[in-house]
Amino acid sequence: MAEKGSLKVKTGLAQMLKGGVIMDVTTAEQAKIAEAAGACAVMALERVPADIRAAGGIARMADPTIIMQIMEAVTIPVMAKCRIGHFVEAQILQSLGIDYIDESEVLTPADDKYHVNKNEFTVPFVCGARNLGEALRRIGEGAAMIRTKGEPGTGNVVEAVRHIRQVNDEIRWVSNLPKDELMTAAKELQAPYELVLQVAKLKRLPVVNFAAGGIATPADAALMMQLGCDGIFVGSGIFKSGDPAKRAKSIVAATTYYNDPQVLAEVSRDLGEPMVGIDISTIRPEERMQERGW
Amino acid sequence: MAGKATVGILAMQGAFIEHEQAIKSCGAKSLQVRRAQDLREIDALIIPGGESTTMGKLLEQFNLLEEIKFQAEQGMPMWGTCAGMILMAKEIENSDQIRLGLMNIEVKRNAYGRQVESFETALEVKDIGITRAVFIRAPYVQKVWGDAQVLASYEDKIVMVRENHLLATAFHPELTTKKEIPEYFLQMIK
Repeated sequence: MAEKGSLKVKTGLAQMLKGGVIMDVTTAEQAKIAEAAGACAVMALERVPADIRAAGGIARMADPTIIMQIMEAVTIPVMAKCRIGHFVEAQILQSLGIDYIDESEVLTPADDKYHVNKNEFTVPFVCGARNLGEALRRIGEGAAMIRTKGEPGTGNVVEAVRHIRQVNDEIRWVSNLPKDELMTAAKELQAPYELVLQVAKLKRLPVVNFAAGGIATPADAALMMQLGCDGIFVGSGIFKSGDPAKRAKSIVAATTYYNDPQVLAEVSRDLGEPMVGIDISTIRPEERMQERGW
Repeated sequence: MAGKATVGILAMQGAFIEHEQAIKSCGAKSLQVRRAQDLREIDALIIPGGESTTMGKLLEQFNLLEEIKFQAEQGMPMWGTCAGMILMAKEIENSDQIRLGLMNIEVKRNAYGRQVESFETALEVKDIGITRAVFIRAPYVQKVWGDAQVLASYEDKIVMVRENHLLATAFHPELTTKKEIPEYFLQMIK
């Protein structure tokens, strides 16, 4: 009998997205530009993170009309964001037939203690993480894919780098521990023991891990790939830049040829104005999106 | 020969590492293919699952499209899974996307629907027997002609085809621990 919504089917789609670029889009036209540039999926939003940051107030799930227009415009997978803990937004997105849900810190959290129980859904989820414990808690709740949080809407890659280095450090640490120390490691990481055992064995996260939050250039994308990420999310970096189609295409090429500096030099040329970046130290800690999530 | 063969895995985008692991577990060597010159080092090529539109654009941009077509004409064994099957098809329903166009098959993309319709199942394959098949936003084959031979169908839809030295599956053997289909492909390398 056919089995839908199994863990293999959920994590399988993330495996198919690897080595690719998932781009934030707010209209059907932007979705078509992203697809034409070689995006492996798009994230349907009402506003990109840079605009959410500028607008302030409460950021919520996008209007289903926008999401459906984007789904009709492209043949590649379409993702959408729900608020942390807002399982009804997730139910709505699943009923729309969205391909992946991002339970995202970019939107204003709906629950200050709990995330969505993602195991209950047929649609797969991706969640942000700054460290191994956070990644494994999300996987324990049913996330089939992880991404760095970075600091969204800044065009500044430093936080995404910090987060992937932190996760990698902790994976190396866990992988080198004798088995009798892993329960205490799980306690320190605040992570499920069974998942810590898996990480120690696999020497990597048990699901696909993408980079997100501040990637703005082909070199940023290649940096995150060389640091061990499986693929790239670009939010504001494309449609807040001077020439979105060209920048999108060059980030796609950089994600494939991340180890080839000659190609990286070629695709980095004449891209026009990048998005204006923000120094993280100028953002007050309570306004940092990466602090959201429990 | 299979034990000594080097199998190239097209590494534009998608699940190429999974194929690499499957091929290594069968005792063959593998090489990630990103450049036209890599094609000279290999005896066979796997085109993995991923996004067929993404891979098609990169194949064209980095001058691999014509090179792979040429190698296929010269008889190099090739196996496409999911997006790989789409790229190998001569006909793609309602699409003018870039393709290799190697096999006499017509495919329908996202034929089972969106991700919530993705599934895994037991599947009977001609000459192989029962295997485990994972379908992710999968295509199926609507029509075959010429030398293309159907090896498996699921609920009356064609999901595996062989045409001489070319093999295509709508599903993902590389996502399971089953070795039957990678071993079948290795047997195709003379």
